Amino acid sequence: MSNALELRDVGKSFGKTEIINGVNLAIGRGERHAIIGPNGAGKSTLFNLISGRFPVSAGRILLNGEDITGLAPHETNRKGLSRSFQVTNIFHRLSVFENIRCAVLWSLGYRYSFWQRLNGLADAKQRAEEIMEAIGLSRRRDMLAGVLSYAEQRALEIGVTIAGGAQVILLDEPTAGMNRTETAQAIELIRSVTDGKTLVMVEHDMSVVFGLADRVSVLVYGKVIATGVPETIRANPAVQEAYLGTAV
Amino acid sequence: MATLRYQPLNLGRWIVWSGFALLLFFPPLAFTQSFALTLMSQMCIGIVFALSYNMLLGQSGMLSFGHAVYSGLGAYFAIHALNLAGRGQIWIPVALLPVIGGAAGMVFAVLLGYVTTRRSGTTFAMISLGIGELIAACSLMFPGFFGGEGGVTTNRVVGQPFLGISYGPAIEVYYLIACWTFLCTAAMFAFTHTPLGRIANAVRDNAERAEFVGYNPQRVRWLVMILSGFFAGIAGALSCINYEIVSAENVGALRSGGVLIATFIGGAGFFFGPILGAIVYAAMVTAVGTLTKAWLFYLGLLFLVMVLYAPGGFASLILMNLQMARFGQFGRLAPYYLALAAAALVALAGLVGLTEITYYFSLEGAASPETELFGMAVNVMSATPWAWAAGLLCAGAALTALAGRRFRREWDEGQRRIEALR
Repeated sequence: MSNALELRDVGKSFGKTEIINGVNLAIGRGERHAIIGPNGAGKSTLFNLISGRFPVSAGRILLNGEDITGLAPHETNRKGLSRSFQVTNIFHRLSVFENIRCAVLWSLGYRYSFWQRLNGLADAKQRAEEIMEAIGLSRRRDMLAGVLSYAEQRALEIGVTIAGGAQVILLDEPTAGMNRTETAQAIELIRSVTDGKTLVMVEHDMSVVFGLADRVSVLVYGKVIATGVPETIRANPAVQEAYLGTAV
Repeated sequence: MATLRYQPLNLGRWIVWSGFALLLFFPPLAFTQSFALTLMSQMCIGIVFALSYNMLLGQSGMLSFGHAVYSGLGAYFAIHALNLAGRGQIWIPVALLPVIGGAAGMVFAVLLGYVTTRRSGTTFAMISLGIGELIAACSLMFPGFFGGEGGVTTNRVVGQPFLGISYGPAIEVYYLIACWTFLCTAAMFAFTHTPLGRIANAVRDNAERAEFVGYNPQRVRWLVMILSGFFAGIAGALSCINYEIVSAENVGALRSGGVLIATFIGGAGFFFGPILGAIVYAAMVTAVGTLTKAWLFYLGLLFLVMVLYAPGGFASLILMNLQMARFGQFGRLAPYYLALAAAALVALAGLVGLTEITYYFSLEGAASPETELFGMAVNVMSATPWAWAAGLLCAGAALTALAGRRFRREWDEGQRRIEALR
């Protein structure tokens, strides 16, 4: 059985600066994988490469064994990979419900239809309502996304990401800027909505990483210096030196 | 929550649409002068054109400076079809001519739109401007099709009258235009409630996010552009039937700018905004245009005032006031409104006076210095009228600023109370 997501010698340079330098990663189906690393290590860039936002300079990216290198973001998404953003990236002038409904339309096969009544699409409505329930925003249904609280917008961001039913989910710092309570709630939310799916996340908060991830990869200066279960990573001296500091 | 949503219930929707149909149907029975009929025909054509423009601007976030290309080319194809029909070379009933115009607008939107919609934002605006200039230049390069300086003329009365309707009299043409206006408005409203219509909003708000939920923003923009081109082409064909002439002006930048102004002052954020905008715009062009040579100046002024003080257009002004009224806050505002209106009227009188005597002075000048303004005899060579107008303008402006400040304070207070009532 092929891996859900596989990176083979992926590299990315902007001009002469190498941001990502020969990254190899194999993430199995149903695995929750965290990518950690110091600031500027290239974690977000790596996500942008996987999701097709930036073209890779070298290497291949495989989704369920299929080569997705060089595909546009919407094509990658249609193949079953969905991502969230570090800076909240939602449809600010649409309601919560419309945000989610927009995110389910393609996967339900409505494509670019202009001959069907949106409100007549029972499956899109039902699916959107299920997602709102799952992310705890049902009570905010008709509010504009732009006026939600920060934590609610982050939840909506996750809702939009998972709504299309993608099997591989990439979350870029889903708990950034949250307080402890919000973070704890976000972890629970992520755990429940990605149940049975493959999750790859960039995260700074170690409690999130060690609470949620099955395996961890450490990215330093565009290279993966270690991959393993959280305990081994914590004990790895190279990792401690490069990233965690000796105090851990 | 200050969300404004225009979503009438089904009963409400029936009332709104019936009201719209009645508004299209009854006025010509009451106002039978040919001037009124011309104005109403122009308003209807403007409504279709502005609504098609708002599919781009308000609904999909595409600021186009070349929308007249699609209505204009639609009009050209319609007029050539009409002339062919007049010579008996093809058969097409006049009532279905808008289909030809729509098809032409659509085909050109497929071709030209493919280029323009590759990009969004400022780049899109620039490309649309370029395409507009390109087509305008073509109108001089291909006089056979575009009719050169004089344009192409036609006679809309072709073939035998159908059920006694020949489309000779203006009233018959008006009702034809009104029918198409109703159909197009309904179709464009329906579009806003389709998957593509909603995704267009999503692309407007955040094209990148739309991409990461499976949609190709370029494709979305292109498809919207094609549909918009269709309705613009219909508007063009309607103007061809109405005026029996199509010239380079129809594809020109002035027309493109006009539809942008109409849509904006009406309110691009609401479906019915462009309808209001088209009505106000046609009134400015036609009604004010017959009163004074300075109509374009006043239009520019209105546009400026709207951009500065009411960027949501008339539609949002109406909805915000309705909301004030619904929460019982309007009564408190009324005296401030009156004060503001009175002050603005003084300023306007001064401004109009100054503008009119300036226009008169520069056009007629010293040759015949005597003219009439607001029913008073005025000599533009003497200092008195200038001083009066300038004085009124200054006093009015000061009063307006003062009244405006008071009004704003009361308005904000009203908003706070509404917040508290929720």
